[in-house]
Amino acid sequence: MSVRTHAGAAFASGPADTAGGLDPAARSGYDGHPPRMGFFTDTSVCIGCKACEVACKEWNEVPEDGLELTGMSYDNTQSLGASTWRHVAFIEQIEQPGQARWLMASDVCKHCTEAGCLDVCPTGALLRTEFGTVVVQDDVCNGCGNCVAACPFGVIGRRETDGGAHKCTLCYDRIGDGLTPACAKACPTESIQFGPLDELRERAQARLETLHEAGTVEARLYGADHRDGIGGAGAFFLLLDEPEVYGLPPDPVVTTRDLPRMWRHVAAAAAALAAAALLSAAGRRP
Amino acid sequence: MKREQLMVPAAEFRSYYGRPVIKEPVWGVPDVPGYLFLGGLAGASSPLAAAAELTGRAELALAAKTAAAGAIGLSVVALVHDLGRPARFHHMLRVFKPTSPMSVGSWLLSAYGPAAGAAAASAITGLLPGLGRVATVAAAVTGPAVAAYTAALLSDTAVPAWHEAHRELPYLFVSSAATAAGGLGLVLVRPEQAQPARNLAMVGAAAELTAKSLLLQRLGEVAEPYQSGRAGRLMEAAEILTAGGLAAAAVGGRTRLVAAMAGAALVASSALTRFGIFYAGRASANDPKYTIRPQKERGKPAP
Repeated sequence: MSVRTHAGAAFASGPADTAGGLDPAARSGYDGHPPRMGFFTDTSVCIGCKACEVACKEWNEVPEDGLELTGMSYDNTQSLGASTWRHVAFIEQIEQPGQARWLMASDVCKHCTEAGCLDVCPTGALLRTEFGTVVVQDDVCNGCGNCVAACPFGVIGRRETDGGAHKCTLCYDRIGDGLTPACAKACPTESIQFGPLDELRERAQARLETLHEAGTVEARLYGADHRDGIGGAGAFFLLLDEPEVYGLPPDPVVTTRDLPRMWRHVAAAAAALAAAALLSAAGRRP
Repeated sequence: MKREQLMVPAAEFRSYYGRPVIKEPVWGVPDVPGYLFLGGLAGASSPLAAAAELTGRAELALAAKTAAAGAIGLSVVALVHDLGRPARFHHMLRVFKPTSPMSVGSWLLSAYGPAAGAAAASAITGLLPGLGRVATVAAAVTGPAVAAYTAALLSDTAVPAWHEAHRELPYLFVSSAATAAGGLGLVLVRPEQAQPARNLAMVGAAAELTAKSLLLQRLGEVAEPYQSGRAGRLMEAAEILTAGGLAAAAVGGRTRLVAAMAGAALVASSALTRFGIFYAGRASANDPKYTIRPQKERGKPAP
């Protein structure tokens, strides 16, 4: 399938696209940019320690956002949001006594190739970095909330205390200095792997094959295919069940792919309104 | 074999503890649905004012211009108030992005708002009639775009009830805008001058009923949020007022009292429609089934 068939409003044409999909940094005007960096989160080796959540909060000085006991297994974090940039999900599957399975997965911003949050941001606060990641410039964001409604994963949120939108930066301040993002650095099982996206995709494919050969047929990659509805994720996953079991959308499509059609309908509707208003005064004068 | 045991019947769907997949929009009530209503009222009032002026109906022109300026002024207050950081409202004009309906809308409002304001100021004071005419035309041209773009603002999101309605919503929004502007004209202006307002209100109301019914037919399961809960009650009340107002305007629109009552019903129906659509979007965001099921039904393998 041609990559171009997936070109949405923000990606009508562009240079430097490869067999691995669109090159978001080149499309955003970075010449000679570093390789696209990302996360491969292999949930098959996650032990649910939440070191990633803690390391992220510490490094990025993300404020506390509530202490609540949910009863959702060991998950009291609940979801990603303005002040939660890594979220470890816990799923207890007890089919029958002695056949229990405990799934754990550390979720994070997907750093989409076609990022809805970035597309709809009216201020330019959300931007694409030279690493192909998506970050919010806090000094520009005016808290309009459009990105929150546009994210198909429910990742980005608006913080009550400062009114601005916040999310994972893929530790932009660390990777620029050649450091590993805090969550990947803290992960004790290498469930969270950081590196150039091309390498991560190869590694993930190999891991998937190993698991399939070992009989774990339910293993699948999520967000690794550049032909999906977001042009592939910069942060992708190996899952052991359907995506929705982990709270992930099964087949997300960036909303702006439909925007050209929306604008055509908006233009037709506006023209119809103008015509109706003008014609309303036509005919017999009073 | 384990895989088989994990399978669930097709009618069911699985989720993470029943929690929503996407975030509920942080846009507030009454700010944002109020803006959808007022922006529509203003955007349709401006071309109505121009049509009235062209055909020598000064009373209707003055009323429509005043309504447009007042409504768009209140709109901007509501929009700035809804920002997480209201002091940075001007950051909207740092860039122009066609991929962002909010950016396009901000620029539209910066063109339309001053034009609507100048048209009204000139009409009320009688000063600078030449400038007033230019502003009247400018507001009539940009007003319909202000009334229509808000449909893309809602549809260009991951919110199922809004996104899936992206074909019908622009037509529903301009119809609702025409209903409100025509309705307000019927309230404010004597029947001798109000014929264009009456025509616009009736066309708008009929189109609104049609667009709503098409939307509900096409959306399938995602139509449910429009038909249940708070959104359902608002949409139902709006429909009764639209139909009642339409009938009253058609039958008794030349009688001052009946026309005013019909107009008031139509204005109210437009507002209720916008609040109903807003709450339907919220409800669809909060129930994971509206996100998960349509995506599963696309029949594609998971990415």
